Amino acid sequence: MAAPTLDRLPAAARWRRPGQRPPAVLVVPALAAAGVALLPLVYLCVRSLDRGVPELIDLLWRERTLRLALRSLGLAAAVTLASLVIGISLGWLTIRTRLPGRRAWAVVAALPLAVPSYVAAYAWVAAFPRIPPFVGSVFVLTLCCYPYVFLPVAATLGRTDPALEEVARSLGKSRLATFFAVTLRQVRPAAAVGGLLVALYVLSDFGAVAILRYDVLTRVIYTSYRSSFDGTAAAALGLVLVAITLAIVWAEGRSRGRAAQARVGSGAARQYRPLAMGRGATAGALVWAATVAAFALGFPIGSLTYWLVDGGTAALDAGALGQAAVSTVTVSALGALLTTALAIPVGVMAARFRSRGTRALEQASYAGHALPGIVVGLSLVFFGVRYAYPIYQRTPLLVLAYAVLFLPAAVGAVRASVAQSPRVLEEVARSLGRSPARVLRDITLPLAGPGVAAGAALVFLTCMKELPATLLLRPTGLETLATELWAETEVGAYAAAAPYATLLVLLAALPTFLLGHRRRSATLDVPGGVS
Amino acid sequence: MSELVVRGLNKSFGGVHVLRGLDLVVPAGSLAAVLGPSGCGKTTLLRIVAGFEAADSGTVELHGAVVAGPGVHVPPERRRVGVVPQEGALFPHLTVAGNVGFGLPRNGRRATRVDELLALVGLAGYGDRMTYELSGGQQQRVALARALAPDPALVLLDEPFNALDTGLRSAVREDVRTALRRAGATAVLVTHDQEEALSMADLVAVMAAGRIAQAAPPGDLYATPSDLGVATFVGDAVVLEAIATAAGAQSPLGPLRLRDAAARGPGRAVVRPEQVLLDDADAGVVGTVTATVFYGHDALVRLSVPAPGGPVPVSARCQGLPPGVRVGDTVGLRVVGPVTFFPA
Repeated sequence: MAAPTLDRLPAAARWRRPGQRPPAVLVVPALAAAGVALLPLVYLCVRSLDRGVPELIDLLWRERTLRLALRSLGLAAAVTLASLVIGISLGWLTIRTRLPGRRAWAVVAALPLAVPSYVAAYAWVAAFPRIPPFVGSVFVLTLCCYPYVFLPVAATLGRTDPALEEVARSLGKSRLATFFAVTLRQVRPAAAVGGLLVALYVLSDFGAVAILRYDVLTRVIYTSYRSSFDGTAAAALGLVLVAITLAIVWAEGRSRGRAAQARVGSGAARQYRPLAMGRGATAGALVWAATVAAFALGFPIGSLTYWLVDGGTAALDAGALGQAAVSTVTVSALGALLTTALAIPVGVMAARFRSRGTRALEQASYAGHALPGIVVGLSLVFFGVRYAYPIYQRTPLLVLAYAVLFLPAAVGAVRASVAQSPRVLEEVARSLGRSPARVLRDITLPLAGPGVAAGAALVFLTCMKELPATLLLRPTGLETLATELWAETEVGAYAAAAPYATLLVLLAALPTFLLGHRRRSATLDVPGGVS
Repeated sequence: MSELVVRGLNKSFGGVHVLRGLDLVVPAGSLAAVLGPSGCGKTTLLRIVAGFEAADSGTVELHGAVVAGPGVHVPPERRRVGVVPQEGALFPHLTVAGNVGFGLPRNGRRATRVDELLALVGLAGYGDRMTYELSGGQQQRVALARALAPDPALVLLDEPFNALDTGLRSAVREDVRTALRRAGATAVLVTHDQEEALSMADLVAVMAAGRIAQAAPPGDLYATPSDLGVATFVGDAVVLEAIATAAGAQSPLGPLRLRDAAARGPGRAVVRPEQVLLDDADAGVVGTVTATVFYGHDALVRLSVPAPGGPVPVSARCQGLPPGVRVGDTVGLRVVGPVTFFPA
């Protein structure tokens, strides 16, 4: 037998791995971040098993559960379908045709993202108090959500190669047949991703359905929690909602994988020459685009203005408004701070130390992406009552909920901005005598700073709009703009709600404006804000 | 005393065996060039020496201490190895002085040392500039100053002149060489440019197939390559079938004087083009001119010389294009000086 030489030993025995392992200064806080992100999900499972498995099955095995689940799914399906029709048609009209003023229309079509769904619901309910719940919910949510389809579809249409369509025309297909056979095929991956985002948004939306009084899972979870001392039923329904959401997220992940495969080549070699339409078609298209804009933007803005003017200064409680604004800014700033602090170690590790362990940590931090705000709020309420009473109904628990909900957006921002600076800079710093932790402080973070700050700002603005978790977790006596709007709307004080709604729209317009600017880079990076 | 001793280094990346038992010794105070084609594993060697990468087996000794080997991995920050990466890689958020001083302790000496180094690389007074205000060559010199500042045991330069245009390159090369000499630093330069390696280094290590094929001073490497691969990789070479005898070697270019007078039997002789002189056509060996290439400082005449196994290509380097030599002409040929012989 040959003597064991160095070459025959297993690799691990021969050399210790160099600095590819993340330093403890990253690992420990990243583990904490993953723990925070998973806490609501884990505790929701624990809480719903509070009275044992048979009781849980008994709670879930009811016709009501099935009815609620089907309602949620039905609403999601209806809104998704309607959003696909509006999003794809507007995308095609603004990118591929010579619609008069098409660039302006493209900007206008993206703007409804700036209207939080509960603000839109308030605007409609204030004007038509008898609006039927289902119809109203579909209507309002579609007008808020179709940009999630429009943006990726427009981006895809702008960069695909027109040659395919020209070939189809030259092979004798009519314009319409070409649209269905070629164009729709090209936008299918983008439309699928957008559609799944819409479905996800609708399933987790609380504000709009609650204001329009449509009993889907989110609203019933809230009312059953409010109406009984025992939260187990609410927790069980939360579990159902999470299961449905996870299924949707899973489907979205799969569709993204396929979308990546479906893209061939590196993009269009030529600019697409927009299609000239006949006079009748142009008029029809203009009417269509104008109608969507009127309902999605014009009406809410008009309604807000009406109530603002109608209420006048009499209804305006400047003190309450100012206090709510200060509270909103305070808790949102704390939320953005904590979220970013937790996101930095996870994002740096995801960008710089790829391994199975770091990937698991990153994935765990994305839990908030699949958790509706109402579920996170509910789970943390239970957790706070039982294990963290000192912070129950105080700011820390609310801030924690924001961290769970918006960690995905912040981690994405950190990861992208760290990955942007070349790794060689960190290696040079190491060779100049800096330890990994100090390299992080002196090189990695200063270079990633602007991107991380932009991510933090986005989280800050998203926190300000958050409704369901804030409603459940806000400290006693603290009101944010969103909860004030909610409270006034619930008692039908539409004029009193108007100033809050106006401020919220203005705040929400900021990230939409930024998003619109980044649209041309064509990455689908929609903030995970859900109301 | 040797500053860097590398022994038996092996490294694979996903099944591709990049380094195969590589050995390299660099004496203190000298500049060694690791020369090899792109993708031959030069940068991997550098990264292992710097501590950015771990080898699968083998050892790295710096200044007499093992820094990498079985069970040992000294992290990069404790190796005292300065690195000058491709394209400089200056920290974009720091000034020139901030970059140069990055590896220095924060004390009163820091500012003085930074000024010293900026003067060393010929950039005195540039400390307050931002890095984007510098030209490519200036950035490269700042990167060198930054690497030299903490007085490292060894400086590694990874193809540092690649990004510079040809005109600038030779000037920056000379500046870097001078700065390294004045600092008394031991350095390893990785390059695929043989002119760079031969003109700058005290020691040239030719890398092929994952190991060092030959490491020698540039003159020796050129005159006495250790094998045919090194001979043809470093400089132009005319390779001729020859038979070594006691009276020299018989070849299509006539009798050749061999460096190794004891060689006997068939093999191949390596003649450098500058050893081939053009003569009158009535001399012993003749060839037909197939092409002439004019470089300015010299010129190359390509010839076809009849041989038993069919005509062989031969190049002759001349100082300027010799008058009257045209394609198709027949000229006489003569070889001067000893040549290297590899027995078959």
